[in-house]
Amino acid sequence: MLKIDNLHVRVAGREILKGLSLEVAAGEVHAIMGPNGAGKSTLGYVLAGREGYEVTEGTVSYDGRDLLAMEPDERAAAGVFLAFQYPVEIPGVNNTYFLRAALNAQRKRRGEPELDSIAFLKLVREKLRVLHISDELLHRAVNEGFSGGEKKRNEIFQMAVLEPRLAILDETDSGLDIDALKLVADGVNKLRDPKRAFVVITHYQRLLDYIVPDRVHVLSDGRIVESGDKDLALKLEEQGYAWLRERRAEERAAFAASSGPAPL
Amino acid sequence: MSRFLESQTRHAVLALPSARDEAWRYTSLKSLEQRALVVGDRDAATREVPAALLESGVARIVFVNGAYRADLSDASATGVELAVSRRAASEASTAADTIVRLNALLASEHVTIHVATGARGVKPLHLVHVGVPATEGLAWYARISVELGAGATLAVVERFLAAAPHDHVGNVSNRLQLGAGAELAWTRVQGESETATLFTHTDAALEANARLEHASIDTGAVLARHAFEVELAAPGAVLRSRGVFALRGRQHGDTQLAVVHAARDTHCDIAYRGLADGRSRGVFGGTITMRPGADGADARLENKNLLLSPHAEIDTKPVLEIHADEVKASHGATVGQLDERALFYLRSRGIAEPEARSMLTYAFAAAMFDNHPERDRLLAPLGVGRTSEAWPADASPDGPAR
Repeated sequence: MLKIDNLHVRVAGREILKGLSLEVAAGEVHAIMGPNGAGKSTLGYVLAGREGYEVTEGTVSYDGRDLLAMEPDERAAAGVFLAFQYPVEIPGVNNTYFLRAALNAQRKRRGEPELDSIAFLKLVREKLRVLHISDELLHRAVNEGFSGGEKKRNEIFQMAVLEPRLAILDETDSGLDIDALKLVADGVNKLRDPKRAFVVITHYQRLLDYIVPDRVHVLSDGRIVESGDKDLALKLEEQGYAWLRERRAEERAAFAASSGPAPL
Repeated sequence: MSRFLESQTRHAVLALPSARDEAWRYTSLKSLEQRALVVGDRDAATREVPAALLESGVARIVFVNGAYRADLSDASATGVELAVSRRAASEASTAADTIVRLNALLASEHVTIHVATGARGVKPLHLVHVGVPATEGLAWYARISVELGAGATLAVVERFLAAAPHDHVGNVSNRLQLGAGAELAWTRVQGESETATLFTHTDAALEANARLEHASIDTGAVLARHAFEVELAAPGAVLRSRGVFALRGRQHGDTQLAVVHAARDTHCDIAYRGLADGRSRGVFGGTITMRPGADGADARLENKNLLLSPHAEIDTKPVLEIHADEVKASHGATVGQLDERALFYLRSRGIAEPEARSMLTYAFAAAMFDNHPERDRLLAPLGVGRTSEAWPADASPDGPAR
């Protein structure tokens, strides 16, 4: 479904992603872990199409299409969804109104019939019920006055309504206590489906106890340096990211010994 | 003109305000200078007004090209005894502002709405100003007084709209007098033709413990100037004002507010928001004056603005002039742009850029009218379907009811 090949991305003049490659198939849950500054959020933003992220090399193919050539709203209609790490507050824009506009915009683009307010409310109430979220959410402005946990759950709720095919969760667990985390994980697990893929970006292994990944990748210094199964996450938990730096230092030393200048 | 008259009236000749007048600094009337216009529409009494423009079942007083139309008016639904009288007279005016003086000189009648002491209006009274195209260049003048006796209450909805595009120059003067303890709710929706020029001047005087609730939105006219002056003349008088101007294309909208606290314990709370798109120009001036003796006065003035295009411009100038002791006064003004993060968030959910911008600008303006009884009417001109260069007057918000 998603094929990222040798992606190089610059942000504010600095190269953040330095040749990232990743393949994700439908039905899979991939976790991406890494130290701060590795480029985890950058990856999410580039996939979602945020401005200010300059792709200098590499390709991203989604369902065989060039994802990077698509506008953010086009990508959404194609089934891409980014759950933000810090969801922005939008005072004055009602949650229900916004979500219905979003869903219908996507449906229209896909040639599907739009939902009227009654059908939409019915859909939304059902999703709220499944996720155990109070429908009080419907009356509020987007993320306005929401606690951190509420914002993250609103992201999951939107995901449930919009039914994306590729869901990217950008540090969905950051700032959450264990109970909030379990609720969020529970919501994500309810959305697991053979036709849906998840890319779970996280700093801590803890979330992966609840959202068990099929593959784990380590993103360090702009590249994926290691991939494995869920046990890799446990190893990182035990050993931290320091061993990566050590290993990199070893790699550079070996490279320098064998040929010219060190890799970046 | 005869040499005699010219010699006699030379010193009485009026001059249009220029940029040298501080109050007109950002609004040029050069385009007006060269227009020779007929004063008043002699066919106003018979001009047709499309029925769809006039709401049925409401109490209304209708003006067509500035002329009062008794045949289209019926104020009885307000539930109070309203005396509506008309005086045909030119009046003297000592106003410094030529635009205001012209109104006194040239309005052919003066319509007064009087609400008796203690009378409480049950339904709003609509003051509807309809611009209708005419064959020649037209300047029209309407002069209105609204007087509330002590303890009286009334809601007024002042609407400016056009039957079809026209380029008239309209000039409306409203004089509002609130007796002690009187309450007036004034809702103003200015959606005149986008090729029209409109000057409106509202002058209010409040007696002890009187209250004026004011809400206003300006979206029409190519040149609109709205001057709103309030004197809190006696202790306990209160003004609350919430306004929006939303401009696009080459529109120029100028809002000038002046509030005078002339007595103890008077309050004002003013918040205005401006939106400027295309090559439009918004001007906001807000002056709060506290005279000596206005101890205990409390004033708040806020103006927030959004520039929606690189060529739009907004000039804002809040002024506080304080000559009293023990007062509270604050003011703030900002000019900014749409929050890019919010825009991206909406787009990342599938909402196309024009609609996303529209949702955010609507939300920005709508914040001024939370819980206002005429909220839908005030926001209708914006319509959520409004994209940056297309704000159809007939679009209306389609959000779920709060």
